Amino acid sequence: MAKQYETVIGLEVHVELATKTKIFCGCSTAFGGEPNTHTCPVCTGMPGSLPVLNKQVLEYAVAVGLATDCTITRNCKFDRKNYFYPDNPQNYQISQLYLPICRDGRVEIGTEDGKKFVGIHEIHMEEDAGKLIHDEWDDCTLVDYNRSGVPLIEIVSEPDMRSSQEVIAYLEKLRMIIQYLGASDCKLQEGSMRADVNLSVREAGSGEFGTRTEMKNLNSFKAIARAIEAERERQIDLLESGEAVVQETRRWDDNQGESYAMRSKEDAQDYRYFPDPDLVPVVLDDAFLEQIRARQPEMRPEKMLRYKREFDIPDYDIEIITESRHMADLFEATAALGSQPKKVSNWLMGDTLRLLKERDMDPGDICFSPENLARLIALTDEKAINSSVAREVFEVMFEKDIDPEKYVEEKGLKTVNDEGALRAVVEQVIAANPQSVADFRSGKEKAIGFLVGQTMKAMKGKADPGMVNQLLRELL
Amino acid sequence: MKIIDMTAVELGTAIQNREVGVQEAVSAALERIEEKEALYHCYVTLDQEGALGQAREVQKRIDAGELTGALAGVPVAIKDNLCTEGMLTTCSSRILYNFVPTYSAQAVVNLQRAGAVILGKTNMDEFAMGSTTETSAFGVTRNPWDPEHVPGGSSGGSAAAVAAGECFYALGSDTGGSIRQPASFCGVVGLKPTYGRVSRYGLIAYGSSLDQIGPLCKDVRDCATVLEAISTHDPKDSTSVPRTDTDFTSALVEDVTGMRIGIPRDYFGEGLDPQVREAVLKVAYALKERGALVEEFDLSLVEYAIPAYYTIATAEASSNLERFDGIKYGYRTQEYEGLHNMYKKSRSEGFGPEVRRRIMLGSFVLSSGYYDAYYLKALRVKALIKRAFDAAFEKYDVILGPVAPTTAPRLGESLSDPIRMYLGDIYTIAVNLAGLPALSIPCGRDLKGLPIGVQLIGDCFREKKLIQTAYTWEKIRGGSSPDEDTPTVCSPARKDECRDVGPAAGKEER
Repeated sequence: MAKQYETVIGLEVHVELATKTKIFCGCSTAFGGEPNTHTCPVCTGMPGSLPVLNKQVLEYAVAVGLATDCTITRNCKFDRKNYFYPDNPQNYQISQLYLPICRDGRVEIGTEDGKKFVGIHEIHMEEDAGKLIHDEWDDCTLVDYNRSGVPLIEIVSEPDMRSSQEVIAYLEKLRMIIQYLGASDCKLQEGSMRADVNLSVREAGSGEFGTRTEMKNLNSFKAIARAIEAERERQIDLLESGEAVVQETRRWDDNQGESYAMRSKEDAQDYRYFPDPDLVPVVLDDAFLEQIRARQPEMRPEKMLRYKREFDIPDYDIEIITESRHMADLFEATAALGSQPKKVSNWLMGDTLRLLKERDMDPGDICFSPENLARLIALTDEKAINSSVAREVFEVMFEKDIDPEKYVEEKGLKTVNDEGALRAVVEQVIAANPQSVADFRSGKEKAIGFLVGQTMKAMKGKADPGMVNQLLRELL
Repeated sequence: MKIIDMTAVELGTAIQNREVGVQEAVSAALERIEEKEALYHCYVTLDQEGALGQAREVQKRIDAGELTGALAGVPVAIKDNLCTEGMLTTCSSRILYNFVPTYSAQAVVNLQRAGAVILGKTNMDEFAMGSTTETSAFGVTRNPWDPEHVPGGSSGGSAAAVAAGECFYALGSDTGGSIRQPASFCGVVGLKPTYGRVSRYGLIAYGSSLDQIGPLCKDVRDCATVLEAISTHDPKDSTSVPRTDTDFTSALVEDVTGMRIGIPRDYFGEGLDPQVREAVLKVAYALKERGALVEEFDLSLVEYAIPAYYTIATAEASSNLERFDGIKYGYRTQEYEGLHNMYKKSRSEGFGPEVRRRIMLGSFVLSSGYYDAYYLKALRVKALIKRAFDAAFEKYDVILGPVAPTTAPRLGESLSDPIRMYLGDIYTIAVNLAGLPALSIPCGRDLKGLPIGVQLIGDCFREKKLIQTAYTWEKIRGGSSPDEDTPTVCSPARKDECRDVGPAAGKEER
């Protein structure tokens, strides 16, 4: 291939805000729940009902805007986006077109070539739609309005990204910022963070943008990366064969590893946006912005600096732990209970990350409490349990936040520190393994490992391996 | 005095004094309904049994001393675009023919708290779109002053019901004159409050930025009393304004000394029926004699009000009415193929021609490429009109003019010429665009005996000035004959005879 192509990518990211109630009514935003139980006249579009803005939505949107260096619109409005669909009970979505709450921000990401800024074109507030349930055995479709009116912000980036790596870095950065702010849990799988990818290609060095497509239905970072690669290839193939890229919306099928066209620009709907007359303009004064600014939590860069000052742990640990606000909070809370920071960090960096990865979970999903982690560390410190028992207990704790003290007690996992009892077992092991004993005595240092193992086995793991080793050497 | 001839406050007082029982009051209204409804058709839904049931409950609470207000036990009629829990609410549209709300409009709740007994829901132009009540999907309402004439609209059922004694007062809604114009045509008092004064929660929206709920009553005292009951700040309505000046009955003072009254020349130009002009100006002279400072002035921009209104109102309506799609409630077409065909057929069959016309008009002015030229320009006109009124209210307390260019037209005359019907709203529409309070009060009758109303417009939240001025006029005019403002109620059998009564009464008026 003679020509070199550059990929140009912009993102539209929807984030479900972590408010307790919906954006325009008092219904619960809780996930799950029997269909149509978190509903009222407002979020089901009953005649005569009226929306009232949830102030918390505004606070979260402004917090995200401030954390991404946006200019906050002091006098913003809501607009109606009109389109007919059954999941949209009023047949218009209340959103923001003309005066979005935040504009002109940026987010710094790390790339192969160093740091880079991705521009944020705007952030606007809007309501989520309900969910259609296509009943396969009945000839009908059902609607669940529990999600209708759940608050969203849509973060629209500039077309500043050039590769899937940059896109993932941008998304991870956004997710981290928003999680730090507590504005959302940003779970792609559960749909609390959703990204649509706008992508075009152009010849390297060209100043013009190519025709772009919009890719929808991307439910994981991996799917996003795969979709970007595939769409880049598809567009290049079209251009190489002398065809034009059609401006259209495409749907990604991650199982097939390909996308198909949903609708082209020609049949794009006219949404007839206009200011929603049921909502008054939102005027943000200095005092309000100051209040939000004052309430902004410590973000990651400051936290990393502070950890360097306050905790004696390696920079690498700080980097990993502070990637998630929840992980960092857990770390600090456990250390505050008196556990040695490095030991806390070891549990988080080691078994926690391993289990998260194995179970395909986010750090935000960690369920064990700092109290229980501190207890576990104390148990090992006191040599009440040995490290392999500790890891076993930790796995249980990771599943369902049990109290490790009680668990060790109930299961009888305490290390036997009674030297007499242990000595007796060691003597039995020596008697039963003459060959290994002979090997050791003839200088084969490794043979003692086998004998330690046999002793631990006989003790059902409830012995301190150091003590076993010491006793063996003494008796041999 | 017969119960049926009492005003709402007179009846409420008699109930408090145990001179009249609530059930007796309800029965009187139901008897009148029984007698007249077949001809006038004021109601689309009647709830006789429910009303008698409410009457028993309310009487108990009155006897227990829980309800002591002037409206306790007084039967009311509610315009059919106000949600009433458990009672059909159709907006006089086929598309909502079976819709029973799960909640009541805040204004209705407020009245029920005051002990009101709801008789039923009144007929209206479909979704409040019209000026004659002829666009109702459930048949026309006739003007009690002359059944060959319309009652006005869109709150025609409410106005006619009050005029005919089929209720003691009613609630209506006013988007471009829909309370004031039918009040004028039916010879009753109608008040459109300041935008934000009465909660719109539960009012099925036509033009959200213009809609306002208000009372239609037999006299000014009733109007002030009902407004006092329904004006509350409602956190469920973002456009509801918290106010403390809601003691409207305190403005029932017969005194206009020093009241500055402006007469906009623009409201007395071409198209105004000379009889209406004469009757309206007579009010100005009478108030001047009582010490009001009356002068003419130029309001300007009046000719732009109608295009701006029909742009903004239809744009909002096109969006507000999208929820009626056959999915969740209301009418769904019998046969269809797929979702979009279902939408199309349900909406084409469910909405009447005037509603379809306004939805199309509104969709057009919002469509991409036309938004700036139509909708945004209309919003700018709206702002300019508000400014013109602001300037006027620096000089005047009240602006006085006609409500409508003519008295009630004959049935069938208006719908054939929608532009003419739209032009009939010329004096009422600017008030909605500026969000102002305005009131219509009877001021005479034309040669046919049909009532003429005078319109009083106030600055935002200055309803009291209107009430005081209207009350004074009512006192000036009153005294002569108590029956003056009551149509000679006729039964279907005496229809022709009744028509003859009108002009005769009108002659006296001259």
